[in-house]
Amino acid sequence: MKQDKAIAFALMLIALSAVSGLALITVFIFKEGLPLILKSGAGGFFFSTDWDPKAKQFGIFSMIVGSLVVTAGAMIIGTVFGLGLAIVLTIFCPKALAAILKPLIELLAGIPSVVYGFIGVVTIVPFIRDYFGGPGLSVLATSIVLGVMVLPTVTSISIDALKSVPRSYWEGSIALGATEWQSTHMVMLKAARSGIVAAIILGMGRAVGETMAVIMVCGNTLEIPSTPLDPLRTLTSNIALEMGYATGEHREALFATAVTLFVIIMILNIAALTIARRGIMSNNR
Amino acid sequence: MRLLSPAQAQKVAVATMWTLAAITIGILVFIIGYILVLGLPYVTWSFLTEAPRQMGRSGGILPMIVATVAVAGLAVLIAGPVGVATAVYLTEYTREGRLTSFIRFGADCLAGIPSIIFGLFGFVFFTITLGMGLSVISGALTLALMVLPTIIRTAEVAIRAVPYSYREVSYGLGTTRWQMITKVVLPSALPGICTGVVLSVGRSISETAAVMLTAGSAPRMPESMFDSSRTLALHFYILSREGISMTNAYATASVLIISILSLNVIAYWIMNRFMRRVR
Amino acid sequence: MTDTTKQPKIQVRDVTISYAGKAVLRNLSLDIHPNERLAIIGPANSGKTSLLRCLNRLNDLQYGFSVTGQILLDGRDIYAPNVDVAALRRRVGMVYAVPVPLPWSMYENIVFGLRVTGIRDKATLDERVETSLKSAVLWDEIKDRLHEPAHNLSGGQQQRLCLARVLALHPDVLILDEPCSGLDPISTGKIEDALAELAARHTIILVTNNTKQASRASDRIAFFLMGELVETGPTTQIFTKPNDPRTDDYITGRFG
Ligand SMILES: Nc1ncnc2c1ncn2[C@@H]1O[C@H](COP(=O)(O)OP(=O)(O)OP(=O)(O)O)[C@@H](O)[C@H]1O
Ligand SMILES: [Mg+2]
Repeated sequence: MKQDKAIAFALMLIALSAVSGLALITVFIFKEGLPLILKSGAGGFFFSTDWDPKAKQFGIFSMIVGSLVVTAGAMIIGTVFGLGLAIVLTIFCPKALAAILKPLIELLAGIPSVVYGFIGVVTIVPFIRDYFGGPGLSVLATSIVLGVMVLPTVTSISIDALKSVPRSYWEGSIALGATEWQSTHMVMLKAARSGIVAAIILGMGRAVGETMAVIMVCGNTLEIPSTPLDPLRTLTSNIALEMGYATGEHREALFATAVTLFVIIMILNIAALTIARRGIMSNNR
Repeated sequence: MRLLSPAQAQKVAVATMWTLAAITIGILVFIIGYILVLGLPYVTWSFLTEAPRQMGRSGGILPMIVATVAVAGLAVLIAGPVGVATAVYLTEYTREGRLTSFIRFGADCLAGIPSIIFGLFGFVFFTITLGMGLSVISGALTLALMVLPTIIRTAEVAIRAVPYSYREVSYGLGTTRWQMITKVVLPSALPGICTGVVLSVGRSISETAAVMLTAGSAPRMPESMFDSSRTLALHFYILSREGISMTNAYATASVLIISILSLNVIAYWIMNRFMRRVR
Repeated sequence: MTDTTKQPKIQVRDVTISYAGKAVLRNLSLDIHPNERLAIIGPANSGKTSLLRCLNRLNDLQYGFSVTGQILLDGRDIYAPNVDVAALRRRVGMVYAVPVPLPWSMYENIVFGLRVTGIRDKATLDERVETSLKSAVLWDEIKDRLHEPAHNLSGGQQQRLCLARVLALHPDVLILDEPCSGLDPISTGKIEDALAELAARHTIILVTNNTKQASRASDRIAFFLMGELVETGPTTQIFTKPNDPRTDDYITGRFG
């Protein structure tokens, strides 16, 4: 009995390591990055487009815009394909085929991001340059690469959401004479709505946070892109590109960039978790 | 006014969905095929067993293979026990309540944090604050934190899949809770736990941004845990980005892809056997 | 057979069992004597399983469960604070309504409890496997395939394996919760035969929904109804002239 209590206590301490890790990350990122944000002020940091470490100018506005634009682009692709796949796999596809396709989608999630970036550089970038113009390294190329990368996330969470819809909903709808497609979009998608929204938000988190693939295809210029064919720089690529040689205030500015990224990610995470949880509750009711 | 009758809409929708699915699978096949076709011919025995020469322009990738195995292996060796212990705590030692929600929330948030932030954290915390420097162990600890949520989640699912009656039987035969967990529950959940571990190895191997900032990029053989090293994924990135050697880049990527493919196949195979047994 | 001169093996004294504050068994007092076979009968939800699961403290695991009163085993309170619950559960072996072989070989199933207590010696383990399987009337059927998965056995064989698994620990008391509810008459007969033999060395408490089984396989009967003990008495007496009309109604099938 006493031994059992001791084990329970030890396990509890270990179980807190994930939370402690999260806390440590938060503390250290903010500790390194926050002072510079406070010093530059919101206007000088978030809303300035001047990034010139030599001149001690640290404005990340263009990178914020860059991150948001490619994330939006990626989500269009990721959602259309991811949701489409989730529907095929849960509703239209024979069980045996789904059993083969699902692990393949998971494999897509396992491919290293450097490989995605590389494939983007050697196929999509030249294609865009030759057929649409511009440097090829662009919002469009980045969005496509990111879209494919977030697709597995969107797919697998949407599948879970669709599977949690009670089977009687589907049968009821079919029994009322609705076609499969009508039942899908009027009944299934509606019932799985919150899970699907959570899937999309988590996918957004992935896209905003992706680094290596983005560095390779975004072009890393400091201007705000004005067309889909323009190059850009994101928050993540800014950090990864310059971290290697940054010192002093420059390094602090990179951590400040990470603070910005961290806050965006946390908002997305918490939104997704809350929405997903609410969805689970309403399905159980 | 409706453009399409329900029957027509059904046809159009089904066709669209299938096209999307086909394109996705096409992309997957293309990526893997592209890398393997261009890279595999250069993956020779000497490529796998020699050190790189001239920054990787020629020679092989042995130090990178060793570094990858060391960093990923160590990461999982650390995260595995911690993750399983967490899952055991969540499933066997508490009932759902504030504390479990808190722990789950922490794990879920951790799972969403991008690898570059893990990298930055590992850089200031492990390499600088704890003085481990750019090293295998810094990289491994950073990756361990990164894969921890995956291991917790998969272990928890596997443990919950063990029938409750097994626990009653075990108690009935006079085991303590700890004996019940170590002798009945964990062995039954082992395949599921292994799946999570294998997938985490895969993620660790694929990771680049976090390793770059914590394990360094020195292209030499790590001789201890405190040596800087360059993993395969990072080597591939450097070779291709700096245009050092395209053939070696493709070959390195092939080795990466083959490893990931094998790990996924192994994970899938273990899971399938598990499902059949649990029914 | 029932030896009432000795100290009772188990004394249940004014026990009330509740889940989440709701009493499901009220003010029960019952003595169970060494080497007797007591059958507990009664309609669904009368609290039979709840009582059994108190006797080996398996109910400790249930959230919201509470018990008041005393349960004494050989005169000692099993709910006393310093009781080794694991050891208690080895002394009071339980067989469940549904056989649950652990996902190992038949042999491993039987030696599991012994291994946990630290018995490693192969000869001892082998010997215990053989004797307990013989006591459970299963030895002849499976002696050549002890190392096959236990899941390969039929339901009836699985249940006898579960009985053997408990017997291997040499328990004092056997508690069986409707052990034959899912079994065919032949398997049921084998288990009843085993119990008849086992009464020489064990005290047996058998919960059953089958009054015929109770009449065949017990020395004494306790009739439970809606959380109360209606009456107890020797099996023959309960079946010929019960004291309470409700008992009569139940065993003649007029209940309800
Ligand atoms: N874990 C529990 N939580 C709450 N209530 C319970 C629990 N277990 C049993 N009960 C309740 O206790 C009452 C008695 O149940 P018990 O299982 O002891 O009856 P029983 O006589 O064994 O019935 P049966 O013949 O159907 O097996 C029932 O009303 C049941 O709903
Ligand atoms: Mg019962």
